[in-house]
Amino acid sequence: MTNSTLDWLELAFDAPLARAVVFGVHIGGHLVVEVLLVAVIIFLLFQKSYKPPKRPLTEKEIDELCEEWVPESLHPPITEKMQYETPILESAAGPHTVIDGKEVVNFASANYLGLVGHDKLIESCTTALEKYGVGSCGPRSFYGTIDAHLDCETRIAKFLGTPDSILYSYGISTIFSVIPAFCKKGDVVIADKGVHWGIQNGLYLSRSSVFYFEHNDMQSLQNILEKVTRENKRAKKLRRYIVVEAVYQNSGQIAPLDVIIRLKEKYRFRVVLDESNSFGVLGSSGRGLSEHFGVPIEKIDIITAAMGHALATDGGFCTGSVRVVDHQRLSSSGYVFSAALPPYLASSAITAIDVLEEHPSLLTKLQENVALLWKGLSDVPGLSVISNPLSPIVFLKLKKPAGSFEKDLRLLEDIVNHVLKEDCVLLASSKRSTLDKCSLPAGIRMFVSAGHSDSDLLKASEALKRAATYVLLNHN
Amino acid sequence: MITIPYLTALTTLFSYGLLFAFGQIRDLFRKLFDWSSSKNLQGYAPICLGLEDFYIRRLYLRIQDCFGRPIASPPDAWIDVVERYSNDNNKTLLRTAKTSKCLNLGSYNYLGFAAADEYCTPRVIEALRRFSPSTCGARVDGGTTVLHTELEELVAKFVGKPAAVVLGMGYVTNSAIIPALIGKGGLIISDSLNHNSIINGARGSGATVRVFQHNMPSHLEEVLREQIAEGQPRTHRPWKKIIVLVEGIYSMEGELCKLPEITAVCKKYKAYTYLDEAHSIGAIGKTGRGVCEQLGVDTADVDIMMGTFTKSFGSCGGYIAGSKELIQYLKYSCPAHLYATSMSPPAVQQVISAVKVVLGEDGSNRGAQKLARIRENSNFFRSELQKMGFEVLGDNDSPIMPIMLYNPAKIPAFSRECLRQNVAVVMAAFPATPLLLARARICISASHTREDLVKGLEVISRVGDLIGIKYFPVEHQKHQDAGRKKLE
Repeated sequence: MTNSTLDWLELAFDAPLARAVVFGVHIGGHLVVEVLLVAVIIFLLFQKSYKPPKRPLTEKEIDELCEEWVPESLHPPITEKMQYETPILESAAGPHTVIDGKEVVNFASANYLGLVGHDKLIESCTTALEKYGVGSCGPRSFYGTIDAHLDCETRIAKFLGTPDSILYSYGISTIFSVIPAFCKKGDVVIADKGVHWGIQNGLYLSRSSVFYFEHNDMQSLQNILEKVTRENKRAKKLRRYIVVEAVYQNSGQIAPLDVIIRLKEKYRFRVVLDESNSFGVLGSSGRGLSEHFGVPIEKIDIITAAMGHALATDGGFCTGSVRVVDHQRLSSSGYVFSAALPPYLASSAITAIDVLEEHPSLLTKLQENVALLWKGLSDVPGLSVISNPLSPIVFLKLKKPAGSFEKDLRLLEDIVNHVLKEDCVLLASSKRSTLDKCSLPAGIRMFVSAGHSDSDLLKASEALKRAATYVLLNHN
Repeated sequence: MITIPYLTALTTLFSYGLLFAFGQIRDLFRKLFDWSSSKNLQGYAPICLGLEDFYIRRLYLRIQDCFGRPIASPPDAWIDVVERYSNDNNKTLLRTAKTSKCLNLGSYNYLGFAAADEYCTPRVIEALRRFSPSTCGARVDGGTTVLHTELEELVAKFVGKPAAVVLGMGYVTNSAIIPALIGKGGLIISDSLNHNSIINGARGSGATVRVFQHNMPSHLEEVLREQIAEGQPRTHRPWKKIIVLVEGIYSMEGELCKLPEITAVCKKYKAYTYLDEAHSIGAIGKTGRGVCEQLGVDTADVDIMMGTFTKSFGSCGGYIAGSKELIQYLKYSCPAHLYATSMSPPAVQQVISAVKVVLGEDGSNRGAQKLARIRENSNFFRSELQKMGFEVLGDNDSPIMPIMLYNPAKIPAFSRECLRQNVAVVMAAFPATPLLLARARICISASHTREDLVKGLEVISRVGDLIGIKYFPVEHQKHQDAGRKKLE
């Protein structure tokens, strides 16, 4: 029975194509079935897959969501630690200043060469103020470039021995405008863990890949250089930088420039050096870290500095090769989109450099003062000095940390307040912003100046000893 | 919004295309030459990539002498522009000792405090002698003087807020304050034509940034609704807070922000408003108190008011004004307050004296005169320019008036021709403005007299005829035809 039905089916299939021969192949009925199957498969493949139907929110639902939403308050609730009172000065921030009517020895201003209150500076500022007024009323490209700026830029370049330099209107904006102008997305930057907020912000804005090495640890730097060079073989279009500070604001250490230059040349990196605290301080004529280590200045690619330290004015500058400086005139946002430096500050900078060149004895006086202070602070109970003996920032940290950064800071602030109240010495504790990612320990920062006398330094060390004993005893 | 005439758009695109093509051909030759000569980079990537500064090398350098002109005098109504010459086709410009006296229509000197002022300068010199040019310290570490506290109280009183904090530079104010107020998990909605410092601050904060169309409160509402309903990207959790960033006067358009509508929208959706009054404080409003006074907005509705002292008060620096707790929190957490050198004391004294003059507390009515004069000057100049047929942007009462040029060749033509006739103007081209919308920007000051403005108008009209930028001569024609008909 089945055999006959099969035969009958076969006949039925073969009948229409019984005599069909295509390309020498005899077409059977099964080919029709196969072609139909293939057609069905193709049809199914082109069908859209099943997606649950999208239902956008109705206006009423959006209204409800907007009603429900409760934002956080603009700022967190004010706690007690946010309410500290800053000391208010009533006279110039020189080595001696007046707070609340009392005369106080000032170790909180970075006035390294003692130029605050110097006659020549005040004279040149007065002439500039009478000639130009205060502000420059415009960005550098729109009639804000006054000849005082151009003179200042040439003077700085001549002093340092570089082809050209560029002036910025504020110290902290220098570094966070320079870094994004040269480091873009995809570039590799290796920075020290202890760099200050300006550099951190610049690195974040540049969107490059950043690697941090342990604070002032050259071995760690070499390891990271090794790792990064091995991983990124396609080095043709990648720019690579090492970012360090000459004298670290957060710890007073000095970066070993000779080792860094050796590493940079071996691994083909470029160096960005922030010389805010070493310009006018290190080196036999104050030219900074390169002179101190005897490294020719052409080997450092980009040098930036804030002038609010040794030069006792405001603003910042950046120097390097002609290409480096020219590029910034159009692509550095803090230069292009911001008003120029007030001209009296530029002429004050020129005078400050003139004074420094005429009186190199200021540098030796500063070094002597630092050495004297070190001797005086060698036996303070509970605090130890961790900065470099040559750095003008003397940084003390607690011998026995209290556990967290806040607790450390609280103790140190008590010491600083005690010292101010009892002995009229103004010190600074290293407060940190909530945005700062640096994790170095808290400490007391003392900025030594060439204008401090021996008695000032003695007074400060004695006062600190007394305050540390008192506070730490109470705390324990 | 600016609608560019069709023919002008075509010619502008054609000009840019031609410049681009020439630039590429020259780059090609440069590559060939460099291939033959050896380079000494030895394995370093070039510090500035070729693509990044194509615009600078091939387009900007041709007209470099129109920008960055040095002056040898204070940026007052008349300035001495230093003449420069070039030996290598504008690549480097060298100064000469000659200067030419020109009318200054480019500096931000709205109330005329730029040069030495009879009330301000003696006090500034006294402050200089007492406090010396810099305090060399951050505000929290011995950088706060009595002048700083006095200025903060004065600014808070002037602006109409409970408290204020003063920082040394306007750019840094935006870049360092916005990250302190909002972080990851927050939303920032900013106007599409905001200034670079605001964009930098928004980027540096880590929050999500969305843009709404320039000065359109309806689009702002749409964006707000959509964003609140959706929540954070990918996780859809509700936003922690929303801040809307607007400016008082937009410096490239000269128009005022639609503040009443924007604050109404923000209040409805519980977003915070941040107002940047860099150009409008001191220049707008009956007593110079800025855009809030001009448009009748209560200062309590704007949560954070920011401004700078560079433009109207002839000094440097920026401020933030807000509630007492907000300012206390900012003084505790803002990195510019904790780390950056404090504002220079003579500059602080200049602002204090200038504000006192504006408020009339110096015993004279110079402040009121200045405010009236700048309003008169701006309205006169703008109406005259419009009568001549130029396409001028900006609202009434705003001292900034951009004149549209569009074509790239007209930029150096306008600038150089005006300089030859002793008028100094400012050009704004790409990247400060969109590529096709180049313009010349005029900034009026209270120290311009009527004669100065008339001279400026004459020169601009002559140059405008020469170059062909009077895009709207319609009114003039209609009046002429009507006059002729009446005669007949």
